[in-house]
Amino acid sequence: MAEEVRAEMAANVWKVVVNQGDAVADGDTLVILESMKMEIPVVAESSGSVRELHVAEGDLVQEGDIIAVID
Amino acid sequence: MFESLLVANRGEIAARVIRTAQRLGIKAVAVHSDADADLPFVRAADEAVLLGAAAPAESYLAVDKVLEAARRTGAQAVHPGYGFLAENPGFARAVIDAGLVWVGPAPEAIAAMGDKINARALVARASVPVAAGTDAPVPDVDAAVAAAKEIGYPVMVKAAGGGGGIGMSVAGDEPELRAAYDTARTRAERFFGNPDIFLERFVPHARHVEVQILGLADGRVVALGERDCSVQRRHQKVAEETPSPGVSADLRARMLAAAVRAGEAVGYRNAGTVECLLDVDRGEFMFLEMNTRLQVEHPITELVTGVDLVEQQLRIAAGLPPSFDPDAVVPRGHAVELRVYAEDPKRFLPSPGAIVAWQEPIGEGVRVDAGYVAGTAVTPFYDPLLAKLCTWGPDRDAALDRARAAVSSFRVEGPKTNLPFFAELLDNEEFVSGDYDTGLVERMRGGRR
Repeated sequence: MAEEVRAEMAANVWKVVVNQGDAVADGDTLVILESMKMEIPVVAESSGSVRELHVAEGDLVQEGDIIAVID
Repeated sequence: MFESLLVANRGEIAARVIRTAQRLGIKAVAVHSDADADLPFVRAADEAVLLGAAAPAESYLAVDKVLEAARRTGAQAVHPGYGFLAENPGFARAVIDAGLVWVGPAPEAIAAMGDKINARALVARASVPVAAGTDAPVPDVDAAVAAAKEIGYPVMVKAAGGGGGIGMSVAGDEPELRAAYDTARTRAERFFGNPDIFLERFVPHARHVEVQILGLADGRVVALGERDCSVQRRHQKVAEETPSPGVSADLRARMLAAAVRAGEAVGYRNAGTVECLLDVDRGEFMFLEMNTRLQVEHPITELVTGVDLVEQQLRIAAGLPPSFDPDAVVPRGHAVELRVYAEDPKRFLPSPGAIVAWQEPIGEGVRVDAGYVAGTAVTPFYDPLLAKLCTWGPDRDAALDRARAAVSSFRVEGPKTNLPFFAELLDNEEFVSGDYDTGLVERMRGGRR
């Protein structure tokens, strides 16, 4: 089943660690957000491959925005 | 005294500095980013200048834009608040070179204390105790491992250009140190533009206690008591109190004298804070770092001494004597500060958002330094501090009672806040006993942080 990974809070996308198509394992960091001077790693909660990647470095995301889809 | 002051900061601290300036009849100029145009500090100022976009590099860290705003408004002095450009010696120098009054210590003193390795060496020469550690930057990971063998695990891995707990970590053994070293270097480079790393002995059962100092215009350095800042999450303070429940009269006298020597060692002028670690088991204190600016938690010192520290900063910068007799200050009662952050109260993750409702507690012994009101928005661009809730009482129990009442009547709707955490803290047995250390919050959350 596909896992939609969403932003937990409004934030700036500081680093995108994975590419579309990459294989990832449960717990791997996908992107690192930055909000209020804090880095917040966004991790995969299932294993699979990165089917969709919706953000680029420097983007602003809002709470609930889809960051990636893991399949 | 100068007649106008530009406040190169935002949020609660800008509002707080503006308040004192206006009380003294000084015209206050605010500078702000796009994102902050509606905040109370902009409205409170006599004049406001838009610096640029929300990103700090485009606004609050843009030295040229801040100086241009001063020139355009005819401001005669600049107060940097804390954070942003406050401890940037290049900014202090640029302000002075522009013919303006810099409300802070000399750029040389900022630079000397800004490099934490240098600061350690400097105060040690003035007989201020420092923790066992490396006296020079650790050039590579193998040198770090060798140094850690000398110091003994666990060690703290710290950034020479750092401060405020950012980029700091604890390594319990060699593999942890190897991992921590690279992370620390990357972060230090990114956050402070200086990749130098040093190691210090980790003190497992420690309190974080700091001393407020003032370097007066005549060259004297005086101490105005201590603050206990041991309630921390992610090595960052969330609550402070004065006096420290862990400091005896004898220890206090030694710490205050050492802090004065640290200030004298750099010819310190203006307000500064000497941060120390208190090894509870050994009853010893060690110098950590000196913050060469007004401290976030300065209000609790003001509450027990009756001294307006911002007023003293402005007077010192103008070459005037303090407005009080430094030899006659006797702290009275007890004060606590709770840093109300826009973050969830369990995991302490940021929670920006629009503020729908905002009602501050009022009452005897209650002081709120706030950066927001209802109808404003907390954006992801800056730190999560919404307000500092401070209470004073004739003794610690009374101050804590007032804090409990104030926390329960502080209403913020919109972003999540850590107010529920403070309700928990104020009922926590360990905190209430006064016998707590920097591991308190981690223990309250039942795990490593």
